[in-house]
Amino acid sequence: MSQAFESQSFNLNVNGVDYPVNVEMDRNLLSVIRTEIGLTGTKEGCDDCECGACMVLLDGQPVNSCSYLAVQAQGRAITTIEGVMTGDEMHPLQRNILEEGGVQCGFCTPGMILSAHALLERNAAPSEEEVRIGLSGNLCRCTGYTKIVAAVQRTAVELRS
Amino acid sequence: MSFTIAHTVDEALAAMAAGARAIAGGTDLVVGARHGKAALPGNLVAIDRLTELKSVTTTKDGVSIGALVTHHDIEMHPLLSTSYAGLADGSALVGSPSTRHIGTLGGNIMNASPAMDTGAPLAVMRAEIELRSVRGSRRVPIEELWTAPGKTSAQPDELCVAIHIPAPATRSNSAYVRLEYRRAMEIAVVGAAAFVALNDDGTIAALRVGLTAVSPTIFTGDLVGQIGRSVSDAAENAAKVSMEQATPISDVRASDSYRRHTVGVMARRAVEAAARRAAGETIAIPVNRAIGIGAAS
Repeated sequence: MSQAFESQSFNLNVNGVDYPVNVEMDRNLLSVIRTEIGLTGTKEGCDDCECGACMVLLDGQPVNSCSYLAVQAQGRAITTIEGVMTGDEMHPLQRNILEEGGVQCGFCTPGMILSAHALLERNAAPSEEEVRIGLSGNLCRCTGYTKIVAAVQRTAVELRS
Repeated sequence: MSFTIAHTVDEALAAMAAGARAIAGGTDLVVGARHGKAALPGNLVAIDRLTELKSVTTTKDGVSIGALVTHHDIEMHPLLSTSYAGLADGSALVGSPSTRHIGTLGGNIMNASPAMDTGAPLAVMRAEIELRSVRGSRRVPIEELWTAPGKTSAQPDELCVAIHIPAPATRSNSAYVRLEYRRAMEIAVVGAAAFVALNDDGTIAALRVGLTAVSPTIFTGDLVGQIGRSVSDAAENAAKVSMEQATPISDVRASDSYRRHTVGVMARRAVEAAARRAAGETIAIPVNRAIGIGAAS
């Protein structure tokens, strides 16, 4: 029989807002973001730390939220796909991935954008190879990746100018 | 049942003395629990905020790497990615960018997987692991730390706080290569690390080889018989010895006979790459990509 884990109350800072939550210590960050906080842009894909659909940023670094304990994220700044927009204006990565045709079913897109976001924060002018490595923890079953890579490279050029 | 966040090493050690298990990035502990491999421990102490364990320090003997230094930090570190290049080769191959950003060197070592990518390079560089508990501190040669798959000689209350690596002599360096079926989110089918020191005439002054995923723990051998030989002879002999010494298993990733064959190939390539670096050549991290191992290369 599995152990029952006790609950803890704490704040989770998601996209700059503190959300009080009360969750068991074995709850993953993904389910708390989606179910307790109600932000459903972050997706559950493999639920096994392989596909990257659940990617969020933790203090700016990409993390697979399906396999990260929510309790361990307290005191850290979490960014989800809902947090990359400025008001009603899409982030250049969002706009370019749409314009380049890098979105088909869309399920991998939030994770792709967050991995790309973290990459561009640490490397403003990545080569195609560096983009592919930066996105290597994110699986896409539709696009064949080429248009996603193009969108990231186009964004890098835009953000530098 | 508790989850606490330690803000000092002493707080972490006190929690461990009371039975808590340390969690850093959680890339093995949480993923393993979700796979049903081992239940999540009921008492956890989060050590990921202990900034005192996040630095890389040059000492008179070599370098000390805090246990919470991440694979990404290692891959990007100016000293580690040049003078201790084999370790950076290994860290650069771990998981995905997210794994490398939260996965720590201390966690990788204490997880004691025979397929870990940092183990063989650290073993050939004769790294020592510093374990600390409320009872005191001790250093263990890394090969004595691993006792079986997933098992270490550390006591449950001991925390890995640092990894100490001796400074490489002049004209010496290391490399780590692995066989992989794809270039990301991969685990070594087999792997090999080499530490090579060269004489002035280019012959071998010292050669150590470490093998990944071909025995219950990382295998290491000091190939003293190769001293004075040419690099190409030593590389061929290292391949032969590696194939003889390997005791691989068959599993979903490869058969035992395939692993035995390919670990020889990896050993030869590791010796060649380490020797090129020892001679002063720069080979980009990780060697795997630079020499074209991997399906999409």
